[in-house]
Amino acid sequence: MIEFQAVTKRYDDGTVAVDHLDLTIEDGRVTVLVGPSGCGKTTSLRMINRMVEASSGTILLDGKDIRDQPAAALRRGIGYVIQNAGLFPHRSVLDNVATVPILLGTKKAAARKRAAELLETVGLPAEMGKRYPGQLSGGQQQRVGVARALAADPPVLLMDEPFSAVDPIVRDDLQDELLRLQSELGKTIVFVTHDIDEAIKLGDKVAVLRVGGQLAQYDSPSALLAKPVDDFVASFVGRDRGYRALGFLSAHGIEVKPVAAVALGATVDEARRALEGGWAVVVDDTRRPVGWVSEVSLSTVEGQVRREWLVSGGSLYVADAEGKAGSLRTALDAALSSPAALGITVDGEGALVGAVTAESVLAALAKARQAGEVPL
Amino acid sequence: MNWVADHADELFTVSLEHLRLALLPVLVGLLLSLPLGWAANRWRIARLVLVPVSGLLYTIPSLALFVMMPLLIGTQILDPLNVQVALTVYTVALLVRSIADALAAVPEPVIAAATAMGYRAVGRFFAVELPLAIPVMVAGLRVAAVSNISLVAVGQIIGVGGLGYFLLHGAQSPPNYPEIISGIVLIVVLALLVDLLLALAGRALTPWARSRPGGSR
Ligand SMILES: Nc1ncnc2c1ncn2[C@@H]1O[C@H](COP(=O)(O)OP(=O)(O)OP(=O)(O)O)[C@@H](O)[C@H]1O
Ligand SMILES: [Mg+2]
Repeated sequence: MIEFQAVTKRYDDGTVAVDHLDLTIEDGRVTVLVGPSGCGKTTSLRMINRMVEASSGTILLDGKDIRDQPAAALRRGIGYVIQNAGLFPHRSVLDNVATVPILLGTKKAAARKRAAELLETVGLPAEMGKRYPGQLSGGQQQRVGVARALAADPPVLLMDEPFSAVDPIVRDDLQDELLRLQSELGKTIVFVTHDIDEAIKLGDKVAVLRVGGQLAQYDSPSALLAKPVDDFVASFVGRDRGYRALGFLSAHGIEVKPVAAVALGATVDEARRALEGGWAVVVDDTRRPVGWVSEVSLSTVEGQVRREWLVSGGSLYVADAEGKAGSLRTALDAALSSPAALGITVDGEGALVGAVTAESVLAALAKARQAGEVPL
Repeated sequence: MNWVADHADELFTVSLEHLRLALLPVLVGLLLSLPLGWAANRWRIARLVLVPVSGLLYTIPSLALFVMMPLLIGTQILDPLNVQVALTVYTVALLVRSIADALAAVPEPVIAAATAMGYRAVGRFFAVELPLAIPVMVAGLRVAAVSNISLVAVGQIIGVGGLGYFLLHGAQSPPNYPEIISGIVLIVVLALLVDLLLALAGRALTPWARSRPGGSR
């Protein structure tokens, strides 16, 4: 557990970066610090490992004042992942990862062996250990940064905007990977971001800071979206927070309707006959959806249905058979992003099972409201 | 050419002596510039003093510095130490700024990461900051070594030894051209050789600096 008790940081030039912060960070959870630029996120994070010393107040780690031990010793027990990875350019990837264990006295060979395992843990081939950081992509470097922070198996991990410098698709992967890792490792993670979507996706608890270093709200993501304490938080969590809140409601039990489907390679005549309401889903030989055909798109072609003619589909809604359905948000997004206004629904294997409509999502939402599942 | 053949042994020993005279100051200069460069990077005030002063030192003509040395360090006018100390001063003047700049160029996230992982200041300097400064340092060392090799020849005017001897001795009347040319050629060859060796050593020490994104090894 990490406890901030009335912690203030005033820099030499008089800037108050953090102002009387009281915050309790729970063990084994992901706690996200989020807020606009300059609100003191990095400062707060760096006070935990004493890269920044608090001006007043106390920070306790597992009940002990962090100032009780030398800063370097404290830091070796706390993993730190920095924006842009901050890898050592002159050391191989493997040696980068092995840094802290070697500082702690582990033999080089043993540290390297463990480092190679860690590379695989974060989803990189062990051979990549021989390369230098300059030979990796940004996303790969970020993974190495995570492996390096994990190397000495510290109970606490500090992460300062670790994924903000990579493109959105890679960022999404890295976030999923972090959640997967966390489900195995159960570290106490303090994660800084200015991206509220990232905060909501990753955080068990989210602390919203306002400029001037004050804590505006500290809550679970769903409570934050449902009940922002003031206008600042409301505007920060965004205007589409009602939509995002759907992400916390399971779409289990939502009505999935049958949908017209044709196989890739069927004749155009067959496809025309299959259309319902002017549209049909095209599936490949494993029944995975690959796109749509419409009355309009079929009117100018002959022969067999070909991939090149397909109208691309929207996002998919995964309705898992074992009751682990996707969220209402993914269901609604599938419906809204579909050219036919029908959200393609697939099972765990990705095979087509039917379609959901926006109306059925709203009906499910109304039902959840009645059942009191929506925090108000 | 007879002269060269007759004096081959002497040419060789004097070349070695020339190298020692030129390179010892480079080594001492490097050892002195490391802490000075570190200080110039660490404290603004140190940089404000060290960088202009070293720039200024470098503009003093070598001969003037050689003959001023006795005044500064209390040696005899013909003491070889004069030239050694003067060349060390040049080397320091050249390297302090490069080292300070190279240290300043180490990316902030890299330093922050090292600190966060539990390096203390000294350990971090030798493990992270100094290795990253090697390419710039080697560039500075090459300039210093080459310029020292030619300056040692100038030092012969105040009797320091080295290949400059052949230039001055050969220039007495009647001039002995094979002797003069041998001296010049050897000085140039030594300079090129040392420059090449330093460049190779620099490359060997920094395999990481050659790596390109996406490349494999
Ligand atoms: N070393 C410093 N000296 C003086 N002021 C500083 C220093 N570091 C940060 N600040 C100031 O403290 C405030 C908080 O900075 P901090 O870096 O903690 O913000 P942040 O929330 O991490 O911002 P960002 O999202 O831009 O990274 C800012 O006003 C910043 O200018
Ligand atoms: Mg920051």
